[in-house]
Amino acid sequence: MSSRYPSNVGSTLGKKPPPGAVVTDKVSGLVLAPHRRWWWLGAFGFSALLSLLFFSAIGYLLVTGVGIWGINIPVAWGFAITNYVWWIGIGMAGTFISAALLLTRQKWRASINRSAETMTVFAVSISGLFPILHLGRPWFFYWLAPYPDIMNVWPQWRSVLVWDFFAILAYLVVSLLFWYTGMVPDFAVIRDRARKRSQQIFYGLLALGWRGEARHWRRLETATLLLAGMAVPLVFSVHSMVGLDFAEGIVPGWHSTIFPPFFVAGALFSGFAMVLMLVVPLRSVFGLHAFITSQHLNNMAKLLLATSLIVTYSYIMEVFIAWYSADPYEIAMTQNRISGAYAPVYWATIFCNVLVPQILWFKRIRFNPIVLFVVGIAVFIGMWLERLMLIVTSLYHDFLPSAWGMFYPTVWDWIFLFGPIGFFTMLFLLFIRFAPVTSMFEIRKLRSEVKNHE
Amino acid sequence: MPQVFSSRFVLFLKLAIVGMVLFLLGAVVLWRIVTSPLASVGAAIEQPVPFSHKHHVSDDGIDCRYCHTSVEKSSFAGIPSTEICMTCHSQLFTDAEVLAPVRASFRTKKPLRWKRVNDLPDFVYFNHSIHIHKGIGCVSCHGPVDEMPLTWRAKPLTMQWCLNCHRAPERFVRPREHVFDMNWKPKEEQLVLGKRLVEKYNIQSKTDCSTCHR
Repeated sequence: MSSRYPSNVGSTLGKKPPPGAVVTDKVSGLVLAPHRRWWWLGAFGFSALLSLLFFSAIGYLLVTGVGIWGINIPVAWGFAITNYVWWIGIGMAGTFISAALLLTRQKWRASINRSAETMTVFAVSISGLFPILHLGRPWFFYWLAPYPDIMNVWPQWRSVLVWDFFAILAYLVVSLLFWYTGMVPDFAVIRDRARKRSQQIFYGLLALGWRGEARHWRRLETATLLLAGMAVPLVFSVHSMVGLDFAEGIVPGWHSTIFPPFFVAGALFSGFAMVLMLVVPLRSVFGLHAFITSQHLNNMAKLLLATSLIVTYSYIMEVFIAWYSADPYEIAMTQNRISGAYAPVYWATIFCNVLVPQILWFKRIRFNPIVLFVVGIAVFIGMWLERLMLIVTSLYHDFLPSAWGMFYPTVWDWIFLFGPIGFFTMLFLLFIRFAPVTSMFEIRKLRSEVKNHE
Repeated sequence: MPQVFSSRFVLFLKLAIVGMVLFLLGAVVLWRIVTSPLASVGAAIEQPVPFSHKHHVSDDGIDCRYCHTSVEKSSFAGIPSTEICMTCHSQLFTDAEVLAPVRASFRTKKPLRWKRVNDLPDFVYFNHSIHIHKGIGCVSCHGPVDEMPLTWRAKPLTMQWCLNCHRAPERFVRPREHVFDMNWKPKEEQLVLGKRLVEKYNIQSKTDCSTCHR
């Protein structure tokens, strides 16, 4: 049955177009015949400037040292680790949408999985920079890798930070493979439709000689299923590992067994918010309403609401367990979060992550892209604040009062927060300019299935 | 429409990919060779005065401790002062051209600028005296110094090399009275002797960080 999807659907021959030809025309047209879009250039220029700022800041960081940040001795983890957890969390939902929903045969994933996977690859790449950059001596980061050396020194396998190294690396490799294998048939379509020699060569190299044979399709499906099967446990283990970065410590506010699932839920939560933030403008700017329907947004909003409720449950449990433990340090930490120096961060987190998503209970809201976009932004900000709150409020007042101290971010901290956002935007803009924004062959398959069903 | 890629181009592409892989592998191997500490092993180093251990030890029979005075007491074996050179060379070869810097140093009281052959990084705290007292011969680490016209580094001095001995000292330990003997050979199986000496000298296999990296 798989041979039903030729890589080149001839819609220009005057015959009645086969089902799915519309999507092929539309999506490959975005790549091959882009309109001069001033907003694309403007956004690209702005985000490229931010990226430039980010990379100059990295240069300054390497020359000067991590002391340019506002971190100090009680609070030695500041924005860098907050951003790391935030970005890797954003990446998680992409794999969840493309892999977990594939394994559970959720067909509606077809039109948004490409954006989600792209988001994953870029977000994980950015997040992987922070654990290296926040090292005092980043040029020795390769000592985390177990390789035979002349020192006879190996990494400490009991440290979660070593597990992190492997988790990020494995996750990046698997998500890259998953992203790329899914794009090969689509690159072949663009290659076949390209009229310029340069485009034919560029997309021809990317398509790896894909001819759309039945055997190829069968292998692609098997490979996709296998990668999805690997990616789903990775989503859960990688972000659990991130949770263990904190839960392995003894600091009140960190040492908590709820962290692995709580962090996974939070990751999916922020990731779904980011997908909404990407998909809503994408569909209205490029007129993709036919593929990314309101039903997709509705489904995404439901997932967002569900993960929000899990996160809410975790917030309640943290406060409850602090009280239930009768441990003076846990109680003091919780009181500090609620009414201490960083209380605004806590309450802003609660507002963004608990209260705002509650409006998604209403069906009319779930079908309103603008409101969904705003909710996405709120969660996007809220999840960043949550990680900052978890890290800073646990560190700045812990066991010894003589070791209490405030954390104030410097201008460099803010550059390392906003620079990567610009870098991500730049990469994503390049992606929508040069690669198929939605999976053409999967939508074609869906359409023909619907057609045959009728 | 013609084919995008001719079969010739595809062949070229495949060769290019293979070439790239080979190039990267080659670069890694080359990098390992260039940065290897083994590169400086066995290469004699030019000194301000061409001091020959071969002459002073083999021909003259001078004991190591005559010049490296503090090796049994201190962490640092010490490079002999100009005064030690002059104990003999105020009488011998007094007008030799090669010894002019030594005499100048003695006159001006400015020490000779010897180049260190065995230079460990400063985050390594190596102690000579403990090794002498636990029966590690000079030869084991510095090689056949009595055969060196100009001194070279005989061993890589990498951490791996240090640990190699610290993990199994019985393979290298010798009786204390033969530590400064350059030509000593064990009369029995080294492992049998070594195990006995490890017991006798109470040698502990020190491989904690704090042993060297204080």
